[in-house]
Amino acid sequence: MTAAIAHLGRFTLQVLRSLGHAAFFFIDLLRFSPAALRRFGLVVAQVHAIGNRSLIIIAASGLAVGFVLALQMYYALVTYGAAESLGLIVNLALVRELGPVVTALLFAGRAGTSLTAEIGLMKAGEQLAAMELMAIDPRARVLAPRFLAGIVSMPILALIFSAVGILGAYVVAVLLIGVDAGNFWSIMQDRVDVWRDLGNGIVKSAVFGLICTFVALYQGYETQATPEGVAHATTRTVVIASLGVLGMDFILTALMFSTP
Amino acid sequence: MKTRNTEILVGTFVLLGFVALFFLALKAANLGNFSTEPTYAISARFDNIGGLKARAPVRSAGVTVGRVTAITLDPKTYQGVVSMDIRNGFQFPKDSSAKILTAGLLGDQYVGLEPGAAEANLAAGATITQTQSALVLENLIGQMLFNMAADAGSTGGAKP
Repeated sequence: MTAAIAHLGRFTLQVLRSLGHAAFFFIDLLRFSPAALRRFGLVVAQVHAIGNRSLIIIAASGLAVGFVLALQMYYALVTYGAAESLGLIVNLALVRELGPVVTALLFAGRAGTSLTAEIGLMKAGEQLAAMELMAIDPRARVLAPRFLAGIVSMPILALIFSAVGILGAYVVAVLLIGVDAGNFWSIMQDRVDVWRDLGNGIVKSAVFGLICTFVALYQGYETQATPEGVAHATTRTVVIASLGVLGMDFILTALMFSTP
Repeated sequence: MKTRNTEILVGTFVLLGFVALFFLALKAANLGNFSTEPTYAISARFDNIGGLKARAPVRSAGVTVGRVTAITLDPKTYQGVVSMDIRNGFQFPKDSSAKILTAGLLGDQYVGLEPGAAEANLAAGATITQTQSALVLENLIGQMLFNMAADAGSTGGAKP
């Protein structure tokens, strides 16, 4: 009995300790970020590694999502004679939800894992320890530029995802099915608000970028310096970042779109 | 040279992001609708505004000539006061009337302006009093039921 209670207590303390640890790590990242901005070349190189290299998969996924959404919405809407609203529905779905969320999930898989593995291997190869010996803080030199690059890249990727998705919907709906092009665009322009829909979507994707990059960096930095340790950390990055994004999405949606 | 290439690629990436942003804002959202054209404000009083919302279009003969800016309740007359911005290019006679109409069967509600015959035009800040309220479905159904009951009552009374 007491053993079970002790077990519970140990577990709770462990969770609290790791949460506190992560919080301090987050504060450190924020503290080192202004210094990273001064060495802008490092951030640019990381935007290339994180953003540019994710471009193909994000654009391809956006196109596919746009195609499928347009097709499904057409089948659902044509029975009500409302096929012209297709563009509006695809647009709102992409800009408000799918753009930020799907991009964040892909981002966690594509860029998050590579960040974790890279930093985990740096730690395993004692490169981070070597930097510390040279009186260079690896959090300032290695982690902070990646953190900033993740927060910058994610909204850009989400915007590209949404734009490509809408173009994909245009191809399917207007060019293949034959929905009227004028209505397709004008209903969209009439009903999608720049600040409320597009602006909130961008804010969302920036928050998701922060979550994904932070989780990836934390897992990489705290990994056990063994091959299994890096493998576990990479897996945890995808799981925690995805769940974090989905949970945060619900909270942000409730905050942003609660008033009609 | 390598950093230069990286910079060019990242610049292209950021540029693509801006292109996507402009596409979404101008082509796929309502930023293109915000005209900087000067407007003048008028208002109209309705007994019932139905489901009209701020930012709804104001149309005359189906052409959008302005937007609803605000909707308030007059605390004295208990009428809904709808404030609208009309584009300066469109002037309406003083005795124009306003209706609240619905686009299609299930569409959004908008304000329809019907021009009158007066020589003078509506000035900025003028109020339209000749209005027709929105159709409220519950009232219509209630009236129909009332009429049916009245019909049944009169025929029932005449028979015996």
